[in-house]
Amino acid sequence: MTAVSEAAAPPAAAGDAVPMVSIRGVGKSFGTNEVLRDIDLTVNKSEVVCLIGPSGSGKSTLLRCVNFLEVYDRGDIRIEGKLVGYTEGTPRRRQSNRELRTLRRNVGMVFQQFNLWPHMTALGNVAEALVQVRGMDKAAAAARARQMLDRVGLAAKADAYPARLSGGQQQRVAIARVIAMEPHLMLFDEPTSALDPELVGEVLQVMRDLAADGMTMVVVTHEMGFAANVADKVAFLDHGRIAAFGTPREVFHESAEPRVRQFLQTYHERNSF
Amino acid sequence: MKFSVILDALPYLLGAAVTTVWVSLLGVLLGQVIGVLVCVARQSGNRAADIAGGVYVSFFRGVPLLIQLLLIYYMLPLIGIDVPPLVAAVGALSLASGAYVSEIYRGSLNAVPHGQSEAALALGFPTATIWTRILLPQAFRISVPALVNELILLLKASSLISVVGVAELTRTSQTISASNYRPLEIYLAAGCIYLAINGALALFGTLLERRLQEG
Repeated sequence: MTAVSEAAAPPAAAGDAVPMVSIRGVGKSFGTNEVLRDIDLTVNKSEVVCLIGPSGSGKSTLLRCVNFLEVYDRGDIRIEGKLVGYTEGTPRRRQSNRELRTLRRNVGMVFQQFNLWPHMTALGNVAEALVQVRGMDKAAAAARARQMLDRVGLAAKADAYPARLSGGQQQRVAIARVIAMEPHLMLFDEPTSALDPELVGEVLQVMRDLAADGMTMVVVTHEMGFAANVADKVAFLDHGRIAAFGTPREVFHESAEPRVRQFLQTYHERNSF
Repeated sequence: MKFSVILDALPYLLGAAVTTVWVSLLGVLLGQVIGVLVCVARQSGNRAADIAGGVYVSFFRGVPLLIQLLLIYYMLPLIGIDVPPLVAAVGALSLASGAYVSEIYRGSLNAVPHGQSEAALALGFPTATIWTRILLPQAFRISVPALVNELILLLKASSLISVVGVAELTRTSQTISASNYRPLEIYLAAGCIYLAINGALALFGTLLERRLQEG
């Protein structure tokens, strides 16, 4: 019996062959200003990839291209093999809103400013997409939302409105709102940059737990400690290009790229006292 | 001054005040509907809808309400539509208030941070749901003080519908003072009734704001 069910299951290697995210030759310009140039990046299933670099280097723009909140002009971005934002074939056309919605259902995003909806409770924020997008009934959505809040350690705050929560708690609710949808991929856009320093740790801990559970994550961050300890790969962006890419060790300790060295130097100086 | 005439006229004045209140409320409610539709049309990104909404707002904000009333009252019969005074009155008040309300909502929508709809977009919300569940409820909260202000202005402006013969508070005051020759007492009483109604509305607005702030 076991032999039969094993044979029926698709070979694991075939599923892993298609990367979660595949970015090939992506470029984007605002007028004459080229913000992304010829970006190549692959994110495999269950990998955590951190995008680091000076502000204005294009890392947030690149992240926002992955779920097409930002439109890229050149190249291909594929999630699980499916082209993002455009139809296959040439000349390519923009996908319809409906096609984009289908794609975005499997891609969660966590924002720097949390973007919780202030007129809904923590529970309401998490349950809303389950009802409106997944079509769950209200009771089932509320039950699931409660589980998710429990997972980020906020079960006790279910009935609190965002204005009554600390920044760290708001960001954890925002993460619960995303994981409730069971995304295949999560994008984090500087998730701790708007937080007071003492609140950063609780959000990073939730992100560590997600990574340990095998979530595929692309994280734009200034938290070098997180990048060094949690990321499988680190991409250093500068002026719209990936100037260095590799394991944290390769980028942080072994990279000869002067821009990486200079960037890390300013970090060390700022954090030493 | 002879205050007994006020007492005699009071039942009629209060009855007329009820007409004033419900005509104004009806005007504001229909104005809300028109205002939201015009506002959404103008923000939809559809050029024709934007222009149509813009023309509508310019006309009804730019032409005095008294002229709008008279135009509706005299013009519609010309094209074969016979309107009772009350319908013309409510129609004019709704159309005028719709123009102001759409601008109030437009300002409030601009005050809702862009990230609010972006979060919904990233979760895969349909556009219509983003409007009904995320944007409009927040815009409504932001606009409550301005909407209450609009309601008070409309209630006072409703005195103008006396010209087409609707027996609301102002028209009734004119009729009574024309028959008892006591205009001062009667208009003073009418003024006090307007003041009392608007005081109650302002109080209601404050309570509503406080309630909405809690949640």
